[in-house]
Amino acid sequence: MADDIQPRMRTRNLTAYYGTNAAVKAVTLQFAPNQVHALIGPSGCGKSTFLRSLNRMHEMSVGGWITGQVHLDNENVYTPEVSVIQLRRRVGMVFQKPTPFPTKSIYDNVAAGLMLDGKRPRAELDEIVERSLRRAALWDEVKDRLKTSAIALSGGQQQRLCLARTIAPEPEVILLDEPTASLDPQGTQRIEELVFELKRDFTIIIVTHNMQQAARTSDTTTFFYLGAMIEHGPTSQIFTTPQNEQTEAYITGRFG
Amino acid sequence: MATSVAPTIPDRAARPRSLAGTSRRDQLFRAILTACALAIPILLVMLLVVLVRGADPAIRKFGFHFIVDSVWDPIAGKFGAFPLIVGTLLTSLIALIVAVPLSLGVAIYLTEFAPEIVRKPIAMTIELLAAIPSVVYGLWGVFVLMPILRTAVFPFLRTVLGFLPFFQGVIYGPSVLAASMILAIMIMPFIMSVSREVLLAVPNSQREAALALGATRWEAVRTAIVPYARSGILGAVILGLGRALGETMAVTMLIGNRHEIVASLFAPGYTMAAVIANEFAEAQDRLHFAAMTYVALVLFLVTVLINAAARLMIWRVSRGAGSGGKEL
Amino acid sequence: MNRRTIRRARSNIMVGLMIGAVIVAVLPLLFILGSLILRGASSLSVAFFTRMPVPAGETGGGVLHAIVGTLLIVGVAALMGVPIGMGAGLHAAEYPGSKLSWTARFVADVMNGTPSIVVGVFAYTLVVAPQKHYSAFAGSLALAVLMVPMIMRSTEELIKLVPNSLREAALALGYARWRTSLTIVLRTALPGIVTGSLLAIARVAGETAPLLLTALGNQYFSVDLNGPMETLPHVVYKYATGPYEEWHQFAWAAALVLIMVVLVLSIAARIATRQRFGGARG
Repeated sequence: MADDIQPRMRTRNLTAYYGTNAAVKAVTLQFAPNQVHALIGPSGCGKSTFLRSLNRMHEMSVGGWITGQVHLDNENVYTPEVSVIQLRRRVGMVFQKPTPFPTKSIYDNVAAGLMLDGKRPRAELDEIVERSLRRAALWDEVKDRLKTSAIALSGGQQQRLCLARTIAPEPEVILLDEPTASLDPQGTQRIEELVFELKRDFTIIIVTHNMQQAARTSDTTTFFYLGAMIEHGPTSQIFTTPQNEQTEAYITGRFG
Repeated sequence: MATSVAPTIPDRAARPRSLAGTSRRDQLFRAILTACALAIPILLVMLLVVLVRGADPAIRKFGFHFIVDSVWDPIAGKFGAFPLIVGTLLTSLIALIVAVPLSLGVAIYLTEFAPEIVRKPIAMTIELLAAIPSVVYGLWGVFVLMPILRTAVFPFLRTVLGFLPFFQGVIYGPSVLAASMILAIMIMPFIMSVSREVLLAVPNSQREAALALGATRWEAVRTAIVPYARSGILGAVILGLGRALGETMAVTMLIGNRHEIVASLFAPGYTMAAVIANEFAEAQDRLHFAAMTYVALVLFLVTVLINAAARLMIWRVSRGAGSGGKEL
Repeated sequence: MNRRTIRRARSNIMVGLMIGAVIVAVLPLLFILGSLILRGASSLSVAFFTRMPVPAGETGGGVLHAIVGTLLIVGVAALMGVPIGMGAGLHAAEYPGSKLSWTARFVADVMNGTPSIVVGVFAYTLVVAPQKHYSAFAGSLALAVLMVPMIMRSTEELIKLVPNSLREAALALGYARWRTSLTIVLRTALPGIVTGSLLAIARVAGETAPLLLTALGNQYFSVDLNGPMETLPHVVYKYATGPYEEWHQFAWAAALVLIMVVLVLSIAARIATRQRFGGARG
């Protein structure tokens, strides 16, 4: 990353605990804007915990707390002055399991994050909803039934809906926690295409179990193992000439 | 980027406080919910306090003798609850003796043997039975059950079992035995559904292990499932007992409401709950009210203890089975 | 193979006995419902629902005052009991580790087994005695006390069914904790919670014992919560234990109405939930 480009998000010595157990150990990383950053590693390596520390979801878990710093555009987000709610509107998250709100329609799901800071005029909402659904490549499939229940959609459609819901409030960063893990290959492919397009407007950090997905979609890759950040660099470099032997062992499938 | 070593864990004092800034609204929300949650234990304490204070005149006058004295004379100001306690225990016990085997049989049948088609209707029937109000049971008991008992069942029992003092004597109709019968019918749905929950919580591995060893279905039940669920079933029975102790309307309509203890089950009797229902409206003086409140207090303490014990037993089985012990 | 046949025979006998038990258990229900319909249906008429009782010994008349009384007393009780029960249940589900939650849960379970007559004495001592007159409000209070533990437990169980992922999705979107609990979690669990509340209300509507000590009964039509009021279950009791044959007839009819209300509420509540979940599986 060029020295003069400000990272959109960075961490310094981030250690994330569950009680007295450190699941993420002193990780210092930088994420350049408008790129896709993949976090890979075997199960339990701490990549999801790390991700959830970025939007302060980690402290919602039982016994979750951190030491260290996390900066969004040079502001440390772990200070008492920072509103967690505002943070989460600037850093959005899509989860592994599609979670549309079951009592809301498709329209209301997408608009869910928009109405939190005051009412907006109807026309504005309509416009944002349509734009978000288009960017999530879902508009054509649902434009005639925006008011119907969101849970009638298929798994892949629901996940794209969640994506639309997340991008509607125009966050700066989007965190994806294994977003295609419960989708079929077609659904997976569509999400990956979207990720590629969305990086134009957002900074994307994606945790994935699937190395090929990381290789296909991301600009940088970070390898986690047992809570520690082992190696980080441009994706092509990590996958062709990894510096660390643990990294190499993982990507060649020798463990994990 | 180089890796780094995990730092030593800062001690508790240095750990930052919860950073998820709880906004004012969140705190208000939690405060309201806390108030609601507090209401429940507060209610229990209030119940206790109000009852104790209401019973105070009687407690001071009679003390613990209240529980062993037999004279209940509002005019003379003498109150003894012994016949009430005996009547309560007797009707409940007889009801249990009749209800428990039947209820367990139904519960075991439902969970282990019944074909799929039959399960739903039977389960629904049990629910409906549990929903029938006590006073309706009483109504049916007075006009349908009691005549049958008086004209057919009781004479039969007297003929066959008349050598026992319990089944001798005049048959009036309203009696301890009649009340016990309606009580049995009323607590059956209750014991059935709780036992069923308990049996369902027994892990399948137990069943399969027994069957794999060559046991018949019944033997699997007898040797593997019931022992496993034993404390839960006991809990269900005790819960049923707790219910029976407190039943009021149906009992007062069938028991005859007489303050005396006689060996014959065909004779009228009284229970703690029934006396309150019957005499409260007509009581005149403070001591009479206090005496009945004292009865209510005794009844309350007994049922609280029994229910607490039963819940602990059931909780143990559900927790042990690892399933999210469904509440009754 | 003799042993095995004996064992199998024993197993079959036991199953036969159990089926016998089922029949014995189911019989009362059919018997009771049958009696209610046979003996009560003939007295049901429009007049029954809309007229006041006539002097003893005459035929005709109705139980309008009791129906209105039940609706009023149970309604007020629900207004008091449902919010508190739901709040307590929500608390136990949202903060499951809290000691208060554990205590409230345990106490609610214990209170669910408390005899309703005891709660009646409580309401009497608290409200009726100081005021020196019977009070329908005291009846509502007693019924509310009976309702709260029931509603608390059912609300808690239902909210626990809402998957945590839903909560997380809302939080990650920037929803505050309170808004998540109310507009996402509670909303999703609402059909089941309504069912649980309706069932508790139905249970409580049939209670007579506490009313004997609080609202008692009233031969006149009254909507004054501060005085005695007639209710359906009390009518059943009063007419069943009275001396007149006409009263006995009325008792059956009133009981039939009472049962219908209770059963219809219970069944309707169940159906509502089932439909909701059926549709949601899409």
